[in-house]
Amino acid sequence: MQNQNAEKAETQPEETGRPAKTTLSARSLSKVYGSGALAIRALDNVDFDLYEGELVVLLGASGSGKSTLLNIIGGLDRPTSGKVFFDGTEITAFDDSALTRYRRDHVGFVFQFYNLVPSLTAEENVALVTEIAADPMSPADALRLVGLGGRLTHFPAQLSGGEQQRVAIARAIAKRPRVLLCDEPTGALDSQTGVIVLEAVERINRELGTTTALITHNVGIAAMADRVIRLADGAIQDVSVNTDKIAASEIRW
Amino acid sequence: MHPLDRKLLRDLWHLKGQVLAIAVVIATGVGVMVQSLGAIQSLQATADAYYERYRFADVFCHLKRAPKSLVPRLADIPGVQTVEPRIVEYATLDIAGFEEPATALLSSLPERGKPLLNQLALQSGRLVDLAKPEEVVVNEKFAAAQDLTLGDTVQAVINTQKRTLRIVGIALSPEHTYAIGPGALMPDDKRYAIFWMGERALAGAFDLDGAFNDVTLTLLPHTPPEGVIQRLDRILAPYGGSGAYARKDQISNWFLMSEIDQLATMARLLPSIFLIVAAFLTNMVVDRLIATERGVIGLLKAFGYSDLEVGWHYMKLVMVIALIGVVLGSFLGAGLGQWTTSIYAQMYSFPFLLFRPLPDSFLIAGGLSLLAAMVGTASAVRRAVRLAPAEAMRPPAPPSFSRSYLAQTGLARLLDQPTRMIFRQVFRWPLRSGLTVIGIGMSVAVLIMALQWIDSINRLIDVYFVAAQRQDVTVSLTEVRPPSVMRDFENLPGVLAVEGQRNLDVRAHLGPRNKRMQISGLPARQGLYLVYDDAGGAIDLPPDGLVISTKLAEILGAKTGDRIELEVLEGQRPIVEVPVVRVFNTFIGYPAYMRLEAINRMMHETNVVNTVHLRIDPNQQAALFARLKDMPHVSSVTLRQAAIDIFNETMAKTVLVFVGMFAGFASALAIGVVYNSARIALSERGRELATLRVIGFTRFEISYILLGQSLLLTVMALPVGCLIGNWLALGMAKSFDTELYRIPAVIEPSSFGYAMLVTLAAAAISALMVRRRLDRLDLIAVLKTRE
Ligand SMILES: Nc1ncnc2c1ncn2[C@@H]1O[C@H](COP(=O)(O)OP(=O)(O)O)[C@@H](O)[C@H]1O
Ligand SMILES: [Mg+2]
Repeated sequence: MQNQNAEKAETQPEETGRPAKTTLSARSLSKVYGSGALAIRALDNVDFDLYEGELVVLLGASGSGKSTLLNIIGGLDRPTSGKVFFDGTEITAFDDSALTRYRRDHVGFVFQFYNLVPSLTAEENVALVTEIAADPMSPADALRLVGLGGRLTHFPAQLSGGEQQRVAIARAIAKRPRVLLCDEPTGALDSQTGVIVLEAVERINRELGTTTALITHNVGIAAMADRVIRLADGAIQDVSVNTDKIAASEIRW
Repeated sequence: MHPLDRKLLRDLWHLKGQVLAIAVVIATGVGVMVQSLGAIQSLQATADAYYERYRFADVFCHLKRAPKSLVPRLADIPGVQTVEPRIVEYATLDIAGFEEPATALLSSLPERGKPLLNQLALQSGRLVDLAKPEEVVVNEKFAAAQDLTLGDTVQAVINTQKRTLRIVGIALSPEHTYAIGPGALMPDDKRYAIFWMGERALAGAFDLDGAFNDVTLTLLPHTPPEGVIQRLDRILAPYGGSGAYARKDQISNWFLMSEIDQLATMARLLPSIFLIVAAFLTNMVVDRLIATERGVIGLLKAFGYSDLEVGWHYMKLVMVIALIGVVLGSFLGAGLGQWTTSIYAQMYSFPFLLFRPLPDSFLIAGGLSLLAAMVGTASAVRRAVRLAPAEAMRPPAPPSFSRSYLAQTGLARLLDQPTRMIFRQVFRWPLRSGLTVIGIGMSVAVLIMALQWIDSINRLIDVYFVAAQRQDVTVSLTEVRPPSVMRDFENLPGVLAVEGQRNLDVRAHLGPRNKRMQISGLPARQGLYLVYDDAGGAIDLPPDGLVISTKLAEILGAKTGDRIELEVLEGQRPIVEVPVVRVFNTFIGYPAYMRLEAINRMMHETNVVNTVHLRIDPNQQAALFARLKDMPHVSSVTLRQAAIDIFNETMAKTVLVFVGMFAGFASALAIGVVYNSARIALSERGRELATLRVIGFTRFEISYILLGQSLLLTVMALPVGCLIGNWLALGMAKSFDTELYRIPAVIEPSSFGYAMLVTLAAAAISALMVRRRLDRLDLIAVLKTRE
């Protein structure tokens, strides 16, 4: 999937006019849960692109399909129909083991509830990922990147929510993924702690150039994005380019 | 170390109580398996080496009298390697300070000195000096039981003469590793001795100069004994041969081998129970762990861990638990094995003991345990592997409860809210509850299986020694005597009643089958020694025809009405056909009875007997015994009470120990299952219970909700356990069906009671251990953490 092919150029949308290349693109994505009368259309014919190095915020009410979209492009879930390309390779055609490789090599996840392994220290939680990565940074370096250089040997129970989430970010980026996918990373945090977490995400995006998609239902957070994509009822409502993007540290809610 | 391995170790530590509980169950299974396999290997190796080194014979035959010149003809039988003629007789002993008469088996040592076959393992002293007819070598057990040492003397009535014998050696023999007297069920070392004497001395006493009355042979390797036995019988028939038999029918060896068989049954059945329960427990714990780790599993997959890696992680956990059990069990098994082997060493007389638990018994036990645990958890692990990562990240949907059938009955209204919660919980997971019930039930079952032995043996004693036997003393005579001998016994002091019996050695033929056996002639209606059906009671003998035991009927394939051909192996050796008139049931041996007159008619003799049963006045016992010790023509004296005492003593020494061991095993099972199910319930319902505490339930009430569930499951397990136990115990008893004895299938109500009590106690202990955790339930912490 490393090989670049011609398809990539075509999937680059014209309207932004940016010279960036597409890292991830989704075409006509639909996801239906259940069947018959009970069927829920979580995604309805969605087209979506993520460009190299950008930070995109996915905005939408609860239940609008944000997590479903993120899970599908991250290779955690499969669409009912439609295709997803990573660097021009169709990952929706992958079998389970190829999908696993895709996640292992290229994707970093951050979830709302941190999902740290409670029986492992901060450093060990990060090591969980660096152990299986091809070219990881050291767990300590990853934790320093999120400002937790001094908490290596703490267990999750000994860390605050914001700190746990930053461990989760360190864990997601330690393998130097191409894409960082964050599903409501501040959802369980107060504004002050949330900002610290967002600063970490911003720093990763800026310093490592990691293509980042961040889900939130908090409109304020959209200000730190390069682009903002709004979802409603499983469809993309609009896409806007932030011309006056602000630093995460200036966000308040 | 890989962080996942570190997680594994910490998870194990966190679950240590449960891990230990499972490990103990596995350890018990492994322990029993290593113990039994180890004991089997040790016994077998010891017996093999002993038999080989001391040249235990392959074929045995007793006869009346044959000249030694016949020996070369026996040696010429194809397949025969060595032939050793000898003289074997019984004698009554009078031991200083011991009121009762004892019996000795006298066996001759050849003129050359050392026997060719069945050599003695001298423990002290020396073999006899052939020039000194008073010298004897005695078996070690008897010397120990009677506290006799080298140089001590014993009075014996040998044939008709009273002699004083001096002990010059103490020895063991491969022929008498289990020294059991004629007609006895267990060795009685005080009253039954083996005496080895010079051949000349015995020949003189029994008028067998230049002759022999017993012969043993070894065969060339790979020679089946059947052909040799046939030729031997043909050659020895004119000399009063009473039928040759192979080593496998030799009584001491038979007991030893059936002990090994029994161990093999133990080695199969018990560990299977424990390993199955362990597999279920491991499954329960791993299933729960995987449920709490849904998030972690999803996460690992999200980060690119493959299904294989995730599955392997949990399998490793299972393997570590099983390995802890295997290691504990190996030590337990080695200890138990050494201990049981030493018990066998006391029971059987071996000159040496090879305790050799081969590594393969550990490997087999360990491998099977690992396999059981892995198979048991395969479904839980597969579920973890199958979990789609996106699915795993979401908390599981709350379990759906429904108003059950139970709730709609009037019963539900009688129950308070906490009790209803208990019932719902139990019936919400019927499979898990069912397996828990069976697991606890197994504990009851294992105990019943152990206690049943006591009940069965008590029943055996009751039927065989109490209901069927009313005599106090049985005297066997060296040969058939005229009816006047009965009067001689009547005139002895303290004799209240006398009944004569005639035993006849025959080979019975029916169709292609034949069996060397004894027929006993008794009066029509017996007063002392009864022909007794263990279901229907005493049986009157018909004027003619055979009354045979079901075991003999089975051996010969005979039924009522069949005509059995009897080839008599004594006297004129007539061949006659006798019909089977009735078949009856007995636990001991494979007897066949006829009316005394009918036997004597068949033999053209008048009312002769060779065994006499006596009922005596206990106050005159001493005087009677003193006379019996001096009586000529007496071959052995058996006391009914002594046989019962020996039975009870042996029971107390071995069976009770065995029952105690089983009680330990059963408790391990009950604790393992109850503790784990309560801990899992606590883990699943911690939040719920904490919430109840927050809204005002008392500690006692939440303990009741949680432990009431364990109690309910335990109570449900009791009848289930009784059923399984009943089935297993009766199956075990039935599988113990040999020519020598059957175990009556009886379980007394008290055994069910004890079994249930022990299980309840073990369950209560484990519930209390969990209750301590419940008291320390940290309300805030439980509510704060996301499941
Ligand atoms: N496993 C599932 N089964 C059924 N419906 C689901 C499942 N997952 C999500 N949904 C439904 O799909 C819709 C979109 O969900 P989701 O993508 O989680 O929304 P968001 O993340 O924007 O809150 C919702 O209506 C949700 O109820
Ligand atoms: Mg969501």
